[in-house]
Amino acid sequence: MRMRAISVFALAAGLLSVSMPLLAHHGTAVFDTNKTLTLKGSVTEWDWSNPHCLLQFDVKSESGQSVHWIAETQNPANMVYAGFGKASFKPGDEVTVTLMPTKNGLPYGRIKQVVLANGKTLNASGGTINADSSGSPGATKSGNYPKQ
Amino acid sequence: MLNRFIALVIVLIVALTFSQLAFTQNARPQQSGAAKDRKATAEPAPPHDISGTWTPANGPNDAIQPYGAKAMPNDGKPEHQLPYTPLGLQTYKSHKATIGVDEVLPKDYNDPRDKCEPLGFPRTDLYYLRDTQIFQNEYKVAILYQYGEAWRVIWTDGRALPKLVDGAVLVGKEVREQRFYGYSVGKWVDDTTLVVQTVGMMPEDRVWLDLTGRPISDAALVEERFHRVNHDRLELTVTIDDPKMYTKPWIAMNKFPMRLADPHHDVMEVYCSLSEMEKYDKLFANPTSAPASPPGGDTPGR
Repeated sequence: MRMRAISVFALAAGLLSVSMPLLAHHGTAVFDTNKTLTLKGSVTEWDWSNPHCLLQFDVKSESGQSVHWIAETQNPANMVYAGFGKASFKPGDEVTVTLMPTKNGLPYGRIKQVVLANGKTLNASGGTINADSSGSPGATKSGNYPKQ
Repeated sequence: MLNRFIALVIVLIVALTFSQLAFTQNARPQQSGAAKDRKATAEPAPPHDISGTWTPANGPNDAIQPYGAKAMPNDGKPEHQLPYTPLGLQTYKSHKATIGVDEVLPKDYNDPRDKCEPLGFPRTDLYYLRDTQIFQNEYKVAILYQYGEAWRVIWTDGRALPKLVDGAVLVGKEVREQRFYGYSVGKWVDDTTLVVQTVGMMPEDRVWLDLTGRPISDAALVEERFHRVNHDRLELTVTIDDPKMYTKPWIAMNKFPMRLADPHHDVMEVYCSLSEMEKYDKLFANPTSAPASPPGGDTPGR
């Protein structure tokens, strides 16, 4: 019974991992696709660049030690469709990051979701959740210039 | 206990399904007033006209083709095995891709894309065919691709397809250079279908066919069929005929659907920058490819 239950759960986890939109630049060889971590931290840098955007943030452990994490998303042209933008994060922003960690145990990962201090959730694999009607700062889905 | 697991599975699958739907819907660019007013039934395709900004009909990620050519993904399934020649297989094995059934770690890849080499044709169809702008007049059709901000010209003025000679291209009697995006001529076979043939691309040591490292050579003849189904929909079929790499022609994209985007849509850049690539490799690709940390190693916050 227990083995069957584990098999069902493994199947679900597998479905989730293969169903996630794939990145354009590389595969998942370095990631532990069955694992998800949620970390609270403070943003130190947001690189809105190719081939992947990188969010850097510091996480404090219970002992007070700080660990510097770096997590990637897709490239900017993909991320605008998920509500991310150049101005989504600034140094000092408190964020809760859910990510798929790397296999090697180092503080790196692929972002699944970021929750901002105001409760706004950016879902890296899809559209925004609980976003206000104007969308994410700096992001325009159509990329149109504003009218004069 | 089992019921709780099954319930969890159902919740996960439903959540994922709605996430995907939300993504597809959010992926659609805002429509202009004119587009909003258009009736649900699309207007007929204008004759001999494929101009416009086209985007994947099933969402922007549909044309990234991470596992290679859309109609023949490199997923290990027998039905997707390509008919390699011995040279084709040897060339494929020399390519180290970061995705696909033979993927390597990011530190080990040798994709010319990541040295900022031009993608070339037909890879520009088979990788990241996102927002695609097409302009045309009575002489030619110009296609502007989003990745690398590359462009190519398809001549529709009746000129003949250049001939291939050893390591070069014969345009009339003039010997010309090979090109990353080749030499293309197009012909309208009916009011709504433009058939394009392209030859004269770079040799196999300069370009890949797709993201998974499949090969393409300078002997290739590539046929594209652009069929405008109606005013708002364009379908692209791509056939690869490369006797150096493959024993027979095969279809790489089969009626891939594109939809007409808002004409005001401003296409974002997707580019390869050596400085940004270097930063990414240093900050992320190299450390994530490093061996596992020793047992007992402390990664606070993890």
